[in-house]
Amino acid sequence: MQIYLPVAEVSVNLFLLLGLGGIVGILSGMFGVGGGFLITPLLFFIGVPPAVAVATGANQIVASSVSGVLAHLQRKTVDLRMGSVLLIGGLIGSGFGIWLFNLLSRLGQVELLVTLCYVVFLGIIGLLMLVEGLRALRRVRSGAPAKRRQRGWIHALPLKIKFRASGLYLSVIPPLIVGAAVGVLAAIMGVGGGFIMIPAMIYLLNMPTKVVIGTSLFQIIFVTAFTTLMHAITNHTVDLFLAVILLLGGVVGAQLGSRIGVKLKAEQLRILLALLVLSVCGKLALDLLLEPHELYSIAAGGQ
Amino acid sequence: MLRLLLVALMSLLPLRVAAAEEIVAGLSQARVAITADFSGTDILIFGAVKRIAPAPIEPPLGVIITVAGPPQTITVRRKDRRMGIWVNADSRAIGNVPSFYAVTSSGPLDQLLAPDADARYHISAPQFIPAGTDTYFGDALLRIREDEGAFKLTPGGVSLDEDTLFRTAITLPANLTEGLYTTRIFLTRGGQVIDSYATSINVSMVGIERLTFNLATDQPLIYGLLCVAIAVFAGWGAATVFRLIRG
Repeated sequence: MQIYLPVAEVSVNLFLLLGLGGIVGILSGMFGVGGGFLITPLLFFIGVPPAVAVATGANQIVASSVSGVLAHLQRKTVDLRMGSVLLIGGLIGSGFGIWLFNLLSRLGQVELLVTLCYVVFLGIIGLLMLVEGLRALRRVRSGAPAKRRQRGWIHALPLKIKFRASGLYLSVIPPLIVGAAVGVLAAIMGVGGGFIMIPAMIYLLNMPTKVVIGTSLFQIIFVTAFTTLMHAITNHTVDLFLAVILLLGGVVGAQLGSRIGVKLKAEQLRILLALLVLSVCGKLALDLLLEPHELYSIAAGGQ
Repeated sequence: MLRLLLVALMSLLPLRVAAAEEIVAGLSQARVAITADFSGTDILIFGAVKRIAPAPIEPPLGVIITVAGPPQTITVRRKDRRMGIWVNADSRAIGNVPSFYAVTSSGPLDQLLAPDADARYHISAPQFIPAGTDTYFGDALLRIREDEGAFKLTPGGVSLDEDTLFRTAITLPANLTEGLYTTRIFLTRGGQVIDSYATSINVSMVGIERLTFNLATDQPLIYGLLCVAIAVFAGWGAATVFRLIRG
Protein backbone atom coordinates (compact mmCIF):
# COMPACT_ATOMS: atom_id res chain seq x y z
CA MET A 1 0.00 0.00 0.00
CA GLN A 2 1.48 3.31 -1.12
CA ILE A 3 1.21 6.54 0.84
CA TYR A 4 1.94 10.04 -0.46
CA LEU A 5 4.14 12.22 1.77
CA PRO A 6 3.05 15.86 1.42
CA VAL A 7 6.30 17.61 2.38
CA ALA A 8 8.72 15.12 0.81
CA GLU A 9 6.45 14.95 -2.29
CA VAL A 10 7.16 11.26 -2.81
CA SER A 11 5.02 8.17 -2.58
CA VAL A 12 6.37 5.27 -0.53
CA ASN A 13 5.22 1.89 0.72
CA LEU A 14 3.46 2.14 4.09
CA PHE A 15 4.64 -1.22 5.41
CA LEU A 16 8.24 -0.59 4.39
CA LEU A 17 8.20 2.59 6.48
CA LEU A 18 6.56 0.86 9.44
CA GLY A 19 9.18 -1.90 9.33
CA LEU A 20 12.00 0.61 9.07
CA GLY A 21 10.68 2.53 12.08
CA GLY A 22 10.31 -0.73 13.98
CA ILE A 23 13.86 -1.94 13.36
CA VAL A 24 15.37 1.38 14.35
CA GLY A 25 13.09 1.43 17.42
CA ILE A 26 14.35 -1.99 18.54
CA LEU A 27 17.96 -0.85 18.24
CA SER A 28 17.11 2.34 20.07
CA GLY A 29 15.58 0.47 23.00
CA MET A 30 18.37 -2.11 23.14
CA PHE A 31 21.36 0.17 22.98
CA GLY A 32 20.06 3.58 23.96
CA VAL A 33 21.15 5.08 20.65
CA GLY A 34 18.60 7.28 18.90
CA GLY A 35 19.17 5.42 15.66
CA GLY A 36 19.71 8.60 13.64
CA PHE A 37 22.87 7.21 12.09
CA LEU A 38 20.76 4.36 10.68
CA ILE A 39 17.42 5.92 9.85
CA THR A 40 18.76 8.84 7.85
CA PRO A 41 20.76 6.75 5.34
CA LEU A 42 17.89 4.22 5.10
CA LEU A 43 15.43 7.00 4.22
CA PHE A 44 17.81 8.27 1.50
CA PHE A 45 17.86 4.75 0.16
CA ILE A 46 14.07 4.52 -0.29
CA GLY A 47 13.98 7.85 -2.12
CA VAL A 48 13.15 10.44 0.53
CA PRO A 49 15.02 13.71 -0.21
CA PRO A 50 18.06 14.07 2.13
CA ALA A 51 16.89 17.31 3.79
CA VAL A 52 13.53 15.76 4.66
CA ALA A 53 15.17 12.52 5.82
CA VAL A 54 17.49 14.32 8.25
CA ALA A 55 14.76 16.55 9.73
CA THR A 56 12.07 13.87 9.97
CA GLY A 57 14.54 11.31 11.30
CA ALA A 58 15.24 13.68 14.20
CA ASN A 59 11.51 13.89 14.98
CA GLN A 60 11.14 10.12 14.95
CA ILE A 61 14.04 9.80 17.40
CA VAL A 62 12.18 12.09 19.83
CA ALA A 63 9.35 9.54 19.97
CA SER A 64 11.45 6.40 20.33
CA SER A 65 13.64 8.10 22.96
CA VAL A 66 10.60 9.16 25.04
CA SER A 67 9.25 5.63 24.85
CA GLY A 68 12.63 4.17 25.77
CA VAL A 69 13.33 6.60 28.60
CA LEU A 70 9.98 5.83 30.26
CA ALA A 71 10.82 2.13 30.25
CA HIS A 72 14.19 2.97 31.83
CA LEU A 73 12.65 5.39 34.39
CA GLN A 74 10.47 2.53 35.59
CA ARG A 75 13.57 0.46 36.26
CA LYS A 76 15.30 3.51 37.80
CA THR A 77 18.17 3.33 35.33
CA VAL A 78 18.20 7.04 34.43
CA ASP A 79 20.57 9.43 36.15
CA LEU A 80 18.48 12.59 35.84
CA ARG A 81 21.09 14.80 37.44
CA MET A 82 23.84 13.59 35.11
CA GLY A 83 21.40 13.83 32.16
CA SER A 84 20.63 17.46 32.95
CA VAL A 85 24.31 18.40 33.21
CA LEU A 86 25.02 16.66 29.89
CA LEU A 87 22.00 18.38 28.34
CA ILE A 88 23.18 21.85 29.33
CA GLY A 89 26.51 21.10 27.68
CA GLY A 90 24.67 19.53 24.73
CA LEU A 91 22.49 22.55 23.96
CA ILE A 92 25.50 24.89 24.10
CA GLY A 93 27.41 22.54 21.81
CA SER A 94 24.56 22.07 19.36
CA GLY A 95 24.04 25.83 19.09
CA PHE A 96 27.72 26.14 18.19
CA GLY A 97 27.45 23.12 15.86
CA ILE A 98 24.57 24.65 13.89
CA TRP A 99 26.58 27.84 13.46
CA LEU A 100 29.58 25.79 12.29
CA PHE A 101 27.38 23.77 9.92
CA ASN A 102 26.04 26.92 8.24
CA LEU A 103 29.54 28.33 7.92
CA LEU A 104 30.78 25.12 6.26
CA SER A 105 27.81 24.90 3.89
CA ARG A 106 28.65 28.40 2.66
CA LEU A 107 32.19 27.16 1.98
CA GLY A 108 30.83 24.03 0.17
CA GLN A 109 31.69 20.36 0.73
CA VAL A 110 29.62 20.07 3.90
CA GLU A 111 28.36 16.71 2.63
CA LEU A 112 31.90 15.33 2.51
CA LEU A 113 32.61 16.64 6.00
CA VAL A 114 29.51 14.88 7.33
CA THR A 115 30.50 11.57 5.73
CA LEU A 116 34.09 11.84 6.94
CA CYS A 117 32.80 12.64 10.45
CA TYR A 118 30.67 9.50 10.32
CA VAL A 119 33.50 7.28 9.09
CA VAL A 120 36.08 8.58 11.56
CA PHE A 121 33.87 8.65 14.65
CA LEU A 122 31.95 5.46 13.95
CA GLY A 123 35.22 3.70 13.14
CA ILE A 124 37.09 4.78 16.27
CA ILE A 125 34.14 4.22 18.60
CA GLY A 126 33.19 0.90 17.04
CA LEU A 127 36.73 -0.47 17.34
CA LEU A 128 37.18 0.77 20.91
CA MET A 129 33.90 -0.77 21.99
CA LEU A 130 34.60 -4.04 20.23
CA VAL A 131 38.07 -4.43 21.78
CA GLU A 132 36.81 -3.42 25.22
CA GLY A 133 33.73 -5.64 24.96
CA LEU A 134 35.75 -8.69 23.92
CA ARG A 135 38.24 -8.08 26.71
CA ALA A 136 35.43 -7.75 29.25
CA LEU A 137 33.81 -10.92 27.98
CA ARG A 138 37.09 -12.82 28.37
CA ARG A 139 37.51 -11.40 31.88
CA VAL A 140 34.01 -12.60 32.85
CA ARG A 141 34.75 -16.07 31.44
CA SER A 142 38.05 -16.38 33.33
CA GLY A 143 36.34 -15.17 36.51
CA ALA A 144 38.78 -12.35 37.28
CA PRO A 145 37.19 -9.25 38.87
CA ALA A 146 36.79 -6.16 36.67
CA LYS A 147 39.28 -3.43 37.46
CA ARG A 148 37.92 -0.01 38.28
CA ARG A 149 40.11 2.34 36.34
CA GLN A 150 41.43 5.38 38.16
CA ARG A 151 41.10 8.83 36.65
CA GLY A 152 43.26 10.93 38.95
CA TRP A 153 43.12 14.24 37.14
CA ILE A 154 39.35 14.13 36.66
CA HIS A 155 38.85 13.73 40.40
CA ALA A 156 41.07 16.72 41.05
CA LEU A 157 38.65 19.11 39.28
CA PRO A 158 36.46 21.50 41.31
CA LEU A 159 32.59 21.82 41.43
CA LYS A 160 32.02 18.23 42.51
CA ILE A 161 28.47 16.88 42.62
CA LYS A 162 27.10 13.55 43.83
CA PHE A 163 25.49 11.57 40.99
CA ARG A 164 23.62 9.06 43.10
CA ALA A 165 22.13 6.91 40.33
CA SER A 166 25.57 6.48 38.76
CA GLY A 167 27.34 6.05 42.10
CA LEU A 168 29.78 8.82 41.19
CA TYR A 169 31.11 11.85 43.01
CA LEU A 170 32.42 13.92 40.17
CA SER A 171 33.10 17.47 39.03
CA VAL A 172 30.43 18.86 36.63
CA ILE A 173 33.16 20.01 34.23
CA PRO A 174 33.84 16.65 32.46
CA PRO A 175 30.11 15.92 31.77
CA LEU A 176 29.62 19.51 30.52
CA ILE A 177 32.54 19.13 28.12
CA VAL A 178 31.36 15.68 26.96
CA GLY A 179 27.82 17.04 26.44
CA ALA A 180 29.09 20.03 24.47
CA ALA A 181 31.40 17.94 22.27
CA VAL A 182 28.58 15.53 21.47
CA GLY A 183 26.24 18.48 20.83
CA VAL A 184 28.62 19.92 18.22
CA LEU A 185 28.98 16.56 16.45
CA ALA A 186 25.24 15.88 16.65
CA ALA A 187 24.41 19.17 14.95
CA ILE A 188 26.98 18.61 12.19
CA MET A 189 26.03 14.98 11.61
CA GLY A 190 22.29 15.51 12.03
CA VAL A 191 21.82 12.79 14.65
CA GLY A 192 21.00 12.55 18.36
CA GLY A 193 24.57 11.58 19.15
CA GLY A 194 23.84 8.52 21.32
CA PHE A 195 26.52 6.44 19.66
CA ILE A 196 29.14 9.01 20.70
CA MET A 197 27.56 9.83 24.06
CA ILE A 198 27.37 6.24 25.31
CA PRO A 199 31.06 5.34 24.91
CA ALA A 200 32.01 8.76 26.31
CA MET A 201 29.90 8.06 29.41
CA ILE A 202 31.35 4.59 29.83
CA TYR A 203 34.99 5.30 29.14
CA LEU A 204 35.45 8.97 30.08
CA LEU A 205 32.99 9.35 32.96
CA ASN A 206 33.14 5.76 34.22
CA MET A 207 29.36 5.48 34.49
CA PRO A 208 27.81 1.99 34.91
CA THR A 209 26.52 0.60 31.57
CA LYS A 210 22.93 0.09 32.74
CA VAL A 211 22.53 3.75 33.75
CA VAL A 212 24.26 4.99 30.63
CA ILE A 213 21.51 3.92 28.23
CA GLY A 214 18.59 5.58 30.04
CA THR A 215 20.59 8.74 30.69
CA SER A 216 21.68 8.98 27.06
CA LEU A 217 18.06 8.57 25.87
CA PHE A 218 16.98 11.26 28.33
CA GLN A 219 19.28 13.88 26.85
CA ILE A 220 18.70 12.74 23.23
CA ILE A 221 15.00 13.65 23.60
CA PHE A 222 15.85 17.29 24.13
CA VAL A 223 18.63 17.54 21.57
CA THR A 224 16.49 15.98 18.80
CA ALA A 225 13.38 18.01 19.75
CA PHE A 226 15.54 21.12 19.37
CA THR A 227 16.85 19.88 15.99
CA THR A 228 13.32 19.11 14.73
CA LEU A 229 12.11 22.60 15.63
CA MET A 230 15.10 24.25 13.96
CA HIS A 231 14.56 22.27 10.75
CA ALA A 232 10.80 22.91 10.73
CA ILE A 233 11.28 26.65 11.18
CA THR A 234 14.23 27.30 8.90
CA ASN A 235 13.90 24.71 6.11
CA HIS A 236 10.26 23.44 6.25
CA THR A 237 11.58 19.90 5.84
CA VAL A 238 9.80 17.94 8.58
CA ASP A 239 7.21 15.62 7.03
CA LEU A 240 4.49 14.91 9.58
CA PHE A 241 3.10 11.92 7.64
CA LEU A 242 6.52 10.31 7.39
CA ALA A 243 7.24 11.07 11.04
CA VAL A 244 3.96 9.56 12.29
CA ILE A 245 4.41 6.33 10.31
CA LEU A 246 8.04 5.95 11.38
CA LEU A 247 7.25 6.62 15.00
CA LEU A 248 4.33 4.19 15.07
CA GLY A 249 6.82 1.48 14.15
CA GLY A 250 9.54 3.10 16.28
CA VAL A 251 7.75 3.35 19.62
CA VAL A 252 6.64 -0.28 19.51
CA GLY A 253 10.15 -1.33 18.48
CA ALA A 254 11.71 0.69 21.31
CA GLN A 255 9.59 -1.14 23.87
CA LEU A 256 10.56 -4.52 22.48
CA GLY A 257 14.19 -3.44 22.26
CA SER A 258 14.46 -2.32 25.88
CA ARG A 259 13.09 -5.73 26.94
CA ILE A 260 15.61 -7.57 24.77
CA GLY A 261 18.31 -5.32 26.23
CA VAL A 262 17.49 -6.46 29.80
CA LYS A 263 18.01 -10.10 28.84
CA LEU A 264 21.47 -9.52 27.34
CA LYS A 265 24.66 -9.08 29.34
CA ALA A 266 26.34 -5.67 29.28
CA GLU A 267 29.37 -7.06 27.48
CA GLN A 268 27.25 -8.71 24.80
CA LEU A 269 25.31 -5.45 24.30
CA ARG A 270 28.56 -3.59 23.86
CA ILE A 271 29.93 -6.04 21.30
CA LEU A 272 26.67 -6.04 19.32
CA LEU A 273 26.52 -2.24 19.24
CA ALA A 274 30.20 -2.16 18.22
CA LEU A 275 29.53 -4.51 15.30
CA LEU A 276 26.53 -2.44 14.20
CA VAL A 277 28.50 0.81 14.36
CA LEU A 278 31.42 -0.77 12.47
CA SER A 279 29.18 -2.08 9.67
CA VAL A 280 27.62 1.35 9.07
CA CYS A 281 31.12 2.84 9.12
CA GLY A 282 32.35 0.23 6.62
CA LYS A 283 29.48 0.94 4.25
CA LEU A 284 30.16 4.69 4.31
CA ALA A 285 33.89 4.17 3.88
CA LEU A 286 33.30 1.93 0.84
CA ASP A 287 31.08 4.61 -0.71
CA LEU A 288 33.98 7.03 -0.44
CA LEU A 289 36.64 4.63 -1.71
CA LEU A 290 34.93 2.74 -4.55
CA GLU A 291 34.12 4.36 -7.85
CA PRO A 292 30.37 5.11 -7.83
CA HIS A 293 28.13 3.49 -10.43
CA GLU A 294 26.73 6.89 -11.41
CA LEU A 295 29.15 9.79 -11.09
CA TYR A 296 26.45 12.43 -11.39
CA SER A 297 23.66 13.27 -8.98
CA ILE A 298 20.72 15.65 -9.09
CA ALA A 299 19.73 17.84 -6.17
CA ALA A 300 16.78 20.21 -5.93
CA GLY A 301 17.45 23.94 -5.96
CA GLY A 302 20.23 26.08 -7.37
CA GLN A 303 23.49 26.85 -5.61
CA MET B 1 5.23 45.01 -57.10
CA LEU B 2 3.45 42.01 -58.53
CA ARG B 3 6.47 39.84 -57.84
CA LEU B 4 6.55 41.04 -54.22
CA LEU B 5 2.87 40.17 -53.79
CA LEU B 6 3.56 36.74 -55.24
CA VAL B 7 6.41 36.15 -52.77
CA ALA B 8 4.13 37.24 -49.95
CA LEU B 9 1.42 34.87 -51.11
CA MET B 10 3.91 32.03 -51.45
CA SER B 11 5.09 32.53 -47.89
CA LEU B 12 1.50 32.51 -46.67
CA LEU B 13 0.78 29.26 -48.44
CA PRO B 14 2.22 26.89 -45.80
CA LEU B 15 0.12 28.67 -43.17
CA ARG B 16 -3.02 28.12 -45.20
CA VAL B 17 -2.10 24.46 -45.47
CA ALA B 18 -1.58 24.42 -41.71
CA ALA B 19 -5.03 25.81 -41.13
CA ALA B 20 -6.50 23.11 -43.32
CA GLU B 21 -6.02 20.53 -40.57
CA GLU B 22 -6.79 21.48 -36.98
CA ILE B 23 -6.70 19.67 -33.66
CA VAL B 24 -9.82 19.29 -31.56
CA ALA B 25 -8.80 17.64 -28.28
CA GLY B 26 -9.94 16.71 -24.81
CA LEU B 27 -8.58 15.25 -21.59
CA SER B 28 -10.23 12.64 -19.39
CA GLN B 29 -9.47 14.88 -16.41
CA ALA B 30 -8.11 18.40 -16.15
CA ARG B 31 -7.47 18.10 -12.42
CA VAL B 32 -5.50 15.47 -10.52
CA ALA B 33 -6.07 15.39 -6.77
CA ILE B 34 -3.21 13.99 -4.67
CA THR B 35 -4.76 12.19 -1.74
CA ALA B 36 -2.91 10.27 1.01
CA ASP B 37 -3.19 6.98 -0.88
CA PHE B 38 -2.35 8.49 -4.29
CA SER B 39 -0.41 5.96 -6.34
CA GLY B 40 -0.27 7.53 -9.77
CA THR B 41 -3.00 7.97 -12.37
CA ASP B 42 -3.66 7.58 -16.09
CA ILE B 43 -4.70 10.63 -18.06
CA LEU B 44 -6.55 9.84 -21.26
CA ILE B 45 -5.84 12.36 -24.01
CA PHE B 46 -8.02 12.12 -27.11
CA GLY B 47 -9.10 14.19 -30.07
CA ALA B 48 -9.76 14.48 -33.74
CA VAL B 49 -8.36 16.27 -36.75
CA LYS B 50 -10.82 18.83 -38.16
CA ARG B 51 -10.57 19.37 -41.94
CA ILE B 52 -12.09 21.69 -44.49
CA ALA B 53 -10.76 19.79 -47.51
CA PRO B 54 -10.17 16.06 -47.91
CA ALA B 55 -6.97 14.85 -46.27
CA PRO B 56 -3.88 14.75 -48.48
CA ILE B 57 -2.51 11.23 -48.95
CA GLU B 58 1.16 12.13 -48.77
CA PRO B 59 3.11 12.85 -46.65
CA PRO B 60 1.56 10.80 -43.82
CA LEU B 61 0.01 12.40 -40.75
CA GLY B 62 1.73 12.16 -37.36
CA VAL B 63 0.51 13.00 -33.87
CA ILE B 64 2.92 13.84 -31.03
CA ILE B 65 1.72 14.45 -27.48
CA THR B 66 3.88 15.82 -24.66
CA VAL B 67 3.13 16.32 -20.95
CA ALA B 68 5.54 18.43 -18.89
CA GLY B 69 5.57 18.90 -15.11
CA PRO B 70 6.16 22.25 -13.41
CA PRO B 71 9.62 23.77 -14.04
CA GLN B 72 12.22 23.55 -11.26
CA THR B 73 15.78 24.69 -10.69
CA ILE B 74 18.11 21.79 -9.98
CA THR B 75 21.82 21.23 -9.42
CA VAL B 76 23.70 18.44 -11.16
CA ARG B 77 26.87 17.38 -9.35
CA ARG B 78 29.74 15.24 -10.55
CA LYS B 79 31.91 13.13 -8.27
CA ASP B 80 35.64 13.06 -8.80
CA ARG B 81 38.49 11.23 -7.15
CA ARG B 82 40.42 13.54 -4.86
CA MET B 83 43.13 12.16 -2.58
CA GLY B 84 41.81 8.63 -2.91
CA ILE B 85 38.17 9.33 -2.11
CA TRP B 86 35.17 10.15 -4.29
CA VAL B 87 33.83 13.62 -3.57
CA ASN B 88 31.46 16.04 -5.30
CA ALA B 89 33.73 18.17 -7.45
CA ASP B 90 32.00 20.07 -10.24
CA SER B 91 28.39 21.16 -10.28
CA ARG B 92 26.04 22.97 -12.61
CA ALA B 93 22.75 24.67 -11.74
CA ILE B 94 20.11 24.25 -14.45
CA GLY B 95 16.86 26.22 -14.42
CA ASN B 96 13.42 25.41 -15.83
CA VAL B 97 13.83 21.63 -15.71
CA PRO B 98 10.39 19.97 -15.70
CA SER B 99 9.77 17.59 -12.80
CA PHE B 100 8.23 15.17 -15.30
CA TYR B 101 8.31 14.93 -19.09
CA ALA B 102 6.57 12.40 -21.29
CA VAL B 103 6.64 12.31 -25.09
CA THR B 104 4.41 9.89 -26.95
CA SER B 105 3.69 9.73 -30.66
CA SER B 106 1.89 7.78 -33.36
CA GLY B 107 5.21 6.49 -34.76
CA PRO B 108 8.99 6.79 -34.34
CA LEU B 109 9.74 10.40 -33.40
CA ASP B 110 12.56 10.86 -35.92
CA GLN B 111 10.21 9.92 -38.78
CA LEU B 112 7.42 12.26 -37.68
CA LEU B 113 9.56 15.22 -36.77
CA ALA B 114 12.40 16.94 -38.63
CA PRO B 115 15.30 18.25 -36.48
CA ASP B 116 14.54 21.88 -37.35
CA ALA B 117 10.89 21.54 -36.33
CA ASP B 118 11.99 19.82 -33.12
CA ALA B 119 14.36 22.68 -32.38
CA ARG B 120 11.62 25.24 -33.03
CA TYR B 121 8.86 23.61 -31.01
CA HIS B 122 11.08 22.02 -28.29
CA ILE B 123 9.42 18.62 -28.48
CA SER B 124 11.96 15.85 -27.78
CA ALA B 125 13.47 15.72 -24.27
CA PRO B 126 16.94 17.01 -25.29
CA GLN B 127 15.25 19.97 -27.02
CA PHE B 128 12.73 20.64 -24.25
CA ILE B 129 15.10 20.46 -21.28
CA PRO B 130 17.49 23.40 -21.04
CA ALA B 131 21.15 22.36 -21.36
CA GLY B 132 20.01 18.94 -22.54
CA THR B 133 22.88 17.07 -24.27
CA ASP B 134 25.04 20.14 -24.89
CA THR B 135 27.17 19.32 -21.84
CA TYR B 136 28.12 16.29 -19.77
CA PHE B 137 25.83 17.70 -17.09
CA GLY B 138 22.88 17.92 -19.46
CA ASP B 139 23.52 14.36 -20.62
CA ALA B 140 23.65 13.14 -17.04
CA LEU B 141 20.42 14.97 -16.22
CA LEU B 142 18.57 13.26 -19.07
CA ARG B 143 20.09 9.87 -18.25
CA ILE B 144 19.29 9.97 -14.51
CA ARG B 145 15.75 11.28 -15.02
CA GLU B 146 15.11 8.60 -17.66
CA ASP B 147 16.36 5.89 -15.28
CA GLU B 148 14.04 7.22 -12.58
CA GLY B 149 11.13 7.14 -15.01
CA ALA B 150 10.58 10.89 -14.78
CA PHE B 151 11.40 11.40 -18.48
CA LYS B 152 9.66 9.00 -20.83
CA LEU B 153 9.59 8.54 -24.56
CA THR B 154 6.92 6.21 -25.98
CA PRO B 155 6.99 6.02 -29.77
CA GLY B 156 3.80 4.42 -31.04
CA GLY B 157 1.94 5.27 -27.84
CA VAL B 158 -0.65 7.32 -29.74
CA SER B 159 -3.20 5.34 -31.73
CA LEU B 160 -4.41 7.11 -34.84
CA ASP B 161 -7.58 5.87 -36.61
CA GLU B 162 -8.22 6.70 -40.24
CA ASP B 163 -5.92 9.75 -39.99
CA THR B 164 -8.65 11.47 -37.95
CA LEU B 165 -9.19 10.15 -34.45
CA PHE B 166 -6.30 9.87 -32.01
CA ARG B 167 -5.98 8.86 -28.38
CA THR B 168 -3.33 7.97 -25.81
CA ALA B 169 -3.02 7.34 -22.10
CA ILE B 170 -0.24 9.07 -20.18
CA THR B 171 0.67 7.51 -16.84
CA LEU B 172 1.47 10.08 -14.18
CA PRO B 173 3.70 8.42 -11.55
CA ALA B 174 3.04 8.30 -7.80
CA ASN B 175 5.91 10.71 -7.11
CA LEU B 176 4.11 13.74 -8.52
CA THR B 177 5.06 17.30 -7.79
CA GLU B 178 2.24 19.81 -7.41
CA GLY B 179 1.62 22.32 -10.17
CA LEU B 180 0.39 22.81 -13.71
CA TYR B 181 1.27 20.03 -16.17
CA THR B 182 1.43 21.48 -19.65
CA THR B 183 -0.01 19.17 -22.29
CA ARG B 184 0.83 19.83 -25.93
CA ILE B 185 -0.44 18.07 -29.02
CA PHE B 186 1.31 18.45 -32.39
CA LEU B 187 0.10 17.40 -35.84
CA THR B 188 2.91 16.80 -38.30
CA ARG B 189 3.22 16.09 -42.00
CA GLY B 190 6.58 15.44 -43.68
CA GLY B 191 8.45 16.26 -40.50
CA GLN B 192 6.89 19.72 -40.17
CA VAL B 193 4.40 20.80 -37.52
CA ILE B 194 1.12 21.78 -39.18
CA ASP B 195 -0.95 22.47 -36.08
CA SER B 196 -0.49 22.48 -32.33
CA TYR B 197 -2.74 22.62 -29.32
CA ALA B 198 -1.90 23.25 -25.66
CA THR B 199 -3.79 22.80 -22.43
CA SER B 200 -2.87 22.04 -18.86
CA ILE B 201 -3.62 19.56 -16.13
CA ASN B 202 -3.80 20.94 -12.61
CA VAL B 203 -2.16 18.61 -10.09
CA SER B 204 -2.73 19.55 -6.46
CA MET B 205 -2.86 18.01 -3.00
CA VAL B 206 -6.25 17.88 -1.34
CA GLY B 207 -7.65 17.24 2.13
CA ILE B 208 -5.22 16.37 4.91
CA GLU B 209 -2.25 16.48 2.52
CA ARG B 210 -3.08 20.08 1.62
CA LEU B 211 -3.61 20.97 5.28
CA THR B 212 -0.25 19.50 6.34
CA PHE B 213 1.64 21.13 3.49
CA ASN B 214 0.11 24.55 4.16
CA LEU B 215 0.76 24.37 7.90
CA ALA B 216 4.39 23.35 7.29
CA THR B 217 5.03 26.32 5.00
CA ASP B 218 2.80 29.01 6.54
CA GLN B 219 3.04 28.25 10.28
CA PRO B 220 6.43 26.53 10.69
CA LEU B 221 6.75 27.18 14.44
CA ILE B 222 3.31 25.74 15.24
CA TYR B 223 3.95 22.88 12.83
CA GLY B 224 7.32 22.08 14.41
CA LEU B 225 5.86 22.17 17.92
CA LEU B 226 3.01 19.94 16.74
CA CYS B 227 5.50 17.41 15.32
CA VAL B 228 7.48 17.31 18.57
CA ALA B 229 4.28 17.08 20.64
CA ILE B 230 2.98 14.18 18.55
CA ALA B 231 6.34 12.42 18.90
CA VAL B 232 6.41 12.86 22.70
CA PHE B 233 2.79 11.75 23.00
CA ALA B 234 3.37 8.68 20.79
CA GLY B 235 6.42 7.68 22.84
CA TRP B 236 4.51 8.12 26.11
CA GLY B 237 1.48 6.28 24.69
CA ALA B 238 3.54 3.27 23.63
CA ALA B 239 5.29 3.08 27.00
CA THR B 240 1.93 3.23 28.82
CA VAL B 241 0.27 0.65 26.60
CA PHE B 242 3.17 -1.76 27.03
CA ARG B 243 3.17 -1.27 30.80
CA LEU B 244 -0.55 -2.11 30.90
CA ILE B 245 -0.01 -5.20 28.74
CA ARG B 246 2.76 -6.39 31.04
CA GLY B 247 0.51 -5.67 34.04
